[in-house]
This record gives sequence, C-alpha cells and structure tokens, in this order.
Amino acid sequence: MIDPVALFLLLLSASTPILFAALGELVVERAGVLNLGVEGMMITGALAGFAAAYHTGNPFLGFAGAALAGALIALPFAVLTQFLLSNQVASGLALTLFGLGLAALFGKPMEGVKAPAMSPGPLGLNWIVWLGLLMVPAIWWFLNRSRAGLILRGVGENHDAAHALGYDVRRVRIAAIAFGGAMAGIGGAFISISTVLQWTEGMTAGAGWIALAIVVFSNWTAPGVLAGAWLFGGVTVLQLRLQAAGVRVPVQLLSMAPYLATIIVLVAISARQKFSRRAGGTAPGSLGQDFHALR
Amino acid sequence: MIRLVPRTDTAALLQVATPVMAVLATMLAGGILFAIMGYDPVAAIRTIFWDPLFGPASGYSRPQLLVKAAPLILIASGLAVGFRAGIWNIGAEGQYIIGAIAGAAVALAAYPAPEMWIFPAMVIAGAAGGWAWGMIPALLRNWFGASEILVSLMLVYVAQRIAAWMAFGPMKNPEGFGMPGSRNLQQYPAASNPELIAGTGAHWGVVAALVAILATWFLMSRHIRGFHIRAAGIAPRAARFAGVKPETLVAFCLGLSGALAGMAGLFEVAGPAGQITDQVGVGYGFTAIIVAFLGRLHPVGILLAGLLLALTYIGGELAQLTLNLPAATVQVFQGMLLFFLLGFDLLTRFRITRRVTA
Repeated sequence: MIDPVALFLLLLSASTPILFAALGELVVERAGVLNLGVEGMMITGALAGFAAAYHTGNPFLGFAGAALAGALIALPFAVLTQFLLSNQVASGLALTLFGLGLAALFGKPMEGVKAPAMSPGPLGLNWIVWLGLLMVPAIWWFLNRSRAGLILRGVGENHDAAHALGYDVRRVRIAAIAFGGAMAGIGGAFISISTVLQWTEGMTAGAGWIALAIVVFSNWTAPGVLAGAWLFGGVTVLQLRLQAAGVRVPVQLLSMAPYLATIIVLVAISARQKFSRRAGGTAPGSLGQDFHALR
Repeated sequence: MIRLVPRTDTAALLQVATPVMAVLATMLAGGILFAIMGYDPVAAIRTIFWDPLFGPASGYSRPQLLVKAAPLILIASGLAVGFRAGIWNIGAEGQYIIGAIAGAAVALAAYPAPEMWIFPAMVIAGAAGGWAWGMIPALLRNWFGASEILVSLMLVYVAQRIAAWMAFGPMKNPEGFGMPGSRNLQQYPAASNPELIAGTGAHWGVVAALVAILATWFLMSRHIRGFHIRAAGIAPRAARFAGVKPETLVAFCLGLSGALAGMAGLFEVAGPAGQITDQVGVGYGFTAIIVAFLGRLHPVGILLAGLLLALTYIGGELAQLTLNLPAATVQVFQGMLLFFLLGFDLLTRFRITRRVTA
C-alpha cells in the first residue's frame, strides 16, 4: 500500500528544481524579458553548486555558489538583450547552448564523486524544499504588494511608459535577469546536490524548458507556478512509481510522461488564454520586446 | 555619451563582416579559455581551425568536412526560412531523430530485399517523419496558440526516448547478440547511403544539402511564398492586411524545416551512423540553429557557416586526440560564437554615434 503522506513528500522534492527555476523566470518575464536560457543556467548551477558543496563539504555553501554561478552566467544574456538589443529568443538559446557546453567542459573532474550529506530540516524535508515553498508567498508579496514589485511590473507591462515616468528600465531588467539566474542555479543544484547526489553531464534533462512552460501555465502568478510545479512533481513521482512497480510499459516510454504532460498542459492553458476574452491573466505587455530609449 | 541610432540603410558590408568578426572574437576568447585551462592556446586554435584542412592528418579529416556539414546545412536552410518569419522551430533535433527512425523503419521492414526503390522510399519516409514531427507544434500553435518554441523543444526529449525504446525494443537487431541497436544499414546495400565519390565524403546527404540551398534561395528571393515569409517577419500586421495568413506560414515553415531535418537524420542513419541507437541524436539539430544565424539566414551564408561549424566538430575531435582537449570544448565554442554573433549584430542594425549632451 502506498502511503499518501510519503508520496506527497516525494512530490514536494521532485517539484523543487522546477519550482525554483520557474519562480525566477516568472520575475524575469514580469519584468518583460523572455529568457530561454533557463536550462543553461540550471545546468551551470547544478555543476557549480555541486563543486562548491564538494570542495567546502557544506551543501548550503553549495547552494549559495549555485545561485552566484546562475546569476553570473545570465550576465552575457543581460548585456546582449539590454545593451546590444539582441533578439531575446536567440540570446536565450545561446545561453542554454553555452551553459550546457561550459558545464560539460568543467564538469569532467566532478564525475564519480559524491555530494556531502545534508542534514534534513523540519519534518525530515530538505531545507531547500522549505526555502522553495517559502519563496512562493515571498515572490507573490513582492510582485503584488511591494513598491519595487509594482515598478518591476510596470516595466514589464509597458516599458516606454515606465521610462517616461523616470524608471531605469534596463537596471530593473538586469536585476530581474540576475535574480532569475540565481533561482535557476539553486534549482539545478537541488538536482545534483540533493536528488541525484552526483554530477552527470546533461543531468537537468529539460527541467529548464519545463519551467518555462510552467510560467505560461501559471498565467504569470506565483501560486500558479506552485500549482504547475506540483503537477509536474506529481507526474514525475507517478512515473517513477510505475517504473518501480514493474508496469509492462517500456521504461523509455514511461519517462516521456513529464514532457508529454508539459505539452498537454501548455496546449490546454494556451487554448484557455486564446479563447477567453477575460482581462488579466495574459502575458506581460512588453514581454520579449527590445527596449530602446530614443530620448 | 554613446548613442544608438537605428540604421535606415542595409549596411551590406557589415552584414558580411560581422559573422567574420564573431568568428575571430570566438577564437580570441577561446584562446583565453584554453590558456586558463592550461593548454597552449595557439596550438589549440591551430588544431581546431587549421590542421583538419592543411595539417598532417588532413587526408583523413578533409572528407569528414562534407559528412558533418551536410546535415548542418540541410537542417539550417529549413530553420532559416522559419526564423525569417519569426517562427521558432527549436526542435529540429527531434525531427531529425524521428526522420532517422521513420527512414530506418522502411529499410528494416524491407530487409533483406535488394530492390532499387528501397533507398528512395527511405528518403521519403525520413522526410515524412520529420515533417509530421514538425507539424505537431505547428498545429498546436495554429489551433490553440501553444508556443511552438516550447512544444517543439519538448518533442526533442520525447523523440530521444522513442529512439531509445526503438534501439532496445522493436528495432533491436535480432542477430545482434542482445546488444541494443538496430541492424547496421551500411551492411545492407539497397538501404545504405554510401560515399558517392571515393575520398570526398560526399554522400546523398551532401547532394540534398546543395539542392536545399538552391531551393531555399529560390523560395526566399524568387517565389511569392518567400516574399510573404519575409514580409511576415518584418511587419506582421502589414503582412496580415495584405492577405498573408499566419497559420499557413506556421504550417509551411515548421513542415519544411521538419522535413529537411528528417531527411538529414535519414541520410545520417543510413550512412555515417549506420544504425538506430539511443544516441541517434548527436546535436546537429541544435548546432544548425547557430549555423542559420551565423549564415545570416541566407542560403549562401548557411553554406559557408555549415562548413565552418563542421570544421569545429572535426577540429574538436582532432584536438581531443592530439591535445587531450575535452570533447565539450566544441560545444562551448559554438555557444560563444552565437553570443558574439548576436552582439556584433548591433552594428548592422544601429549606427553608433556620440551624443552631445545639452
């Protein structure tokens, strides 16, 4: 018999990497920037975090290192899109390709070593899982109740108007991009430090792209991101359970489940956004557009 | 105070110069990276960019240039058409894998028949497989407004798992002593894609790549559909008022790039790769995105960019053997190249002037 509480705890753990990455990308997109480099920032965080945890022997320092590395690797993207006015889709892709390559290059010495153990937090859950859950109300509060969040949303909704009001559009966006990188880095490090307990090339396996889909699913809200991350955590846990139970479906087909679920959810939510005429619940107005102040 | 003024001219010289500048900047940054990692930067750059063409082992590596460039050019020429219209097919890697599986399926079903039609049928199946895989994101975007970027990318992971399933299950070689992987098509004459002219590396995929270059050039500069695509990319609203249906373009661009990627996969699996394994996808679909941008989305540029990126693959392998450089170096190089290219692109779109602050 499966214990539902144990299953829920597994779900929380499985959804944490995507929760961090998607919350970060949520803030980035609310500032009007589409960063398709989430996968590259996650894998960078996974490696840097693992290496930092391994060398210091302290997993918490590992996560701090991952946040720093994620923010740093996002900087070229910030420079390209904010100062050189490069296409955001192409620049994000470049970030993903670059990050995957860089992590593979510097990851060689980390192959085959084990991560230092982490003492569990309350209820036997990982501290980082708790931190992720805490980030949901924190980001909700920041976006909807704080002055800084209001400015950030203004920049994302209409950058020309925000500029006319005297806000520094670029500075807000660069800060958001760095924050998104740090969050993606923590998410990636959770996979290497707390889930797999070692480093392997390409270990994020599309989690960054799923996070991007979840931001769409969430309708650009923090509680929506949590719901999306749990949904995917649920699909992942279920899929692993079925594998373990020896269901007579090939393992390769079962492991497609998270990706197929992403497509299905994306289609369902896009259809709702396309066919309903309700105001709100749509993408930020300036999402993906270049900002170039002529005056 | 530096100021950017949007250009009104086309800056023809810069259009050609910026990709070259990006390559030089990548070599420079790459050299610095090598130096940090403790390798001799000059030797490393020479091994990657010079030795495959003119070095002591170039007799072996030169034919490889066409082998590696063919899939890149074939895929990139299709992607570039969509990118011109702002339709982002990021999942060419998946279409490549499905094309390889569909084409190989024909061969494995026909085995060991010796008929002449088998290889042409495989090419058609490969193209159809890639087309169908590309049409999934196209239809989901047209019907429901789902992002083709995310859907096509998700389908890469699905395709990779289908390939693994095929290699371990339905397509496993019955005479393979339990090893995963299909029969080797190189050993099945009616289905193989051999070297056409000895010593050049040119197989049918190279021929197809050249045809694709010519065809996409004709499409983009001589055909009304190409005009529509360019119009939709530059001014979507104006194009819509002129009667260009975005849905048609989405289906056309994703279908075309999918079919070309599928063919590339088929030529690879029937030729250089030989069999379906769980490692069919080797990243050509992603590298082709860089090829398309480096070639400025222009057929001739893509031809040159494809050859250059092929060179980095071969040079990277050579550097792995002779200098013990990690395999991932090439990936980092390619990522840096795209970064620099996008950065230098600024020069083609803006004029940099000094503002006299009042």
